[in-house]
Amino acid sequence: MALTKITIIEKITEKNNLKPSEAKDAIESMLEIMKATLASGEDIMISGFGKFQVNEKAPRKGRNPATGENMELDKRRVVTFRCAGKLRDEINGGTN
Amino acid sequence: MNKLELISTLKERTNLTKSEAAEIVKIFFDSLSESFIKGERVEIRGFCSFHIKEYQSYTGRNPKTGEKVTIPPKRLPFFKCGKELKERVDY
Repeated sequence: MALTKITIIEKITEKNNLKPSEAKDAIESMLEIMKATLASGEDIMISGFGKFQVNEKAPRKGRNPATGENMELDKRRVVTFRCAGKLRDEINGGTN
Repeated sequence: MNKLELISTLKERTNLTKSEAAEIVKIFFDSLSESFIKGERVEIRGFCSFHIKEYQSYTGRNPKTGEKVTIPPKRLPFFKCGKELKERVDY
């Protein structure tokens, strides 16, 4: 089973004096802050977890695979994630 | 933005106390980390999903010395940007 927001909300209500609806609102607010920050082009760095980075991709020439037509692909912005060294070691069993 | 700024922004935007906001941010990222360690998938709608990618061992080179080194197999969380986030970040 994949981890989803529901499980995270349950963990929050267990540990805090919050109703499930309040915990849900809190998580949604947090995600909205993160999305708005990345949308503004600012990176998010969570120590011990990793970094969400906004990267710019240069425009490039592409081809429509269906028609074989040449086309210009615009420059775009994407989010990438870099895992923190500490978390990376934990995922790999503490060593490496 | 770092973790502390995320916590203080969350506190400002909601009725949460500083310690509640800090606890929520901590539980969120700890839950993700725990799933990664278990090798479990994570799916946060509109934001992102992660799965653990297994990388095989390979022979690499130290770019400075040109010396051959064996890179041991490793596991890393692979990030996939969610649809909403992708659309909002792009121009």
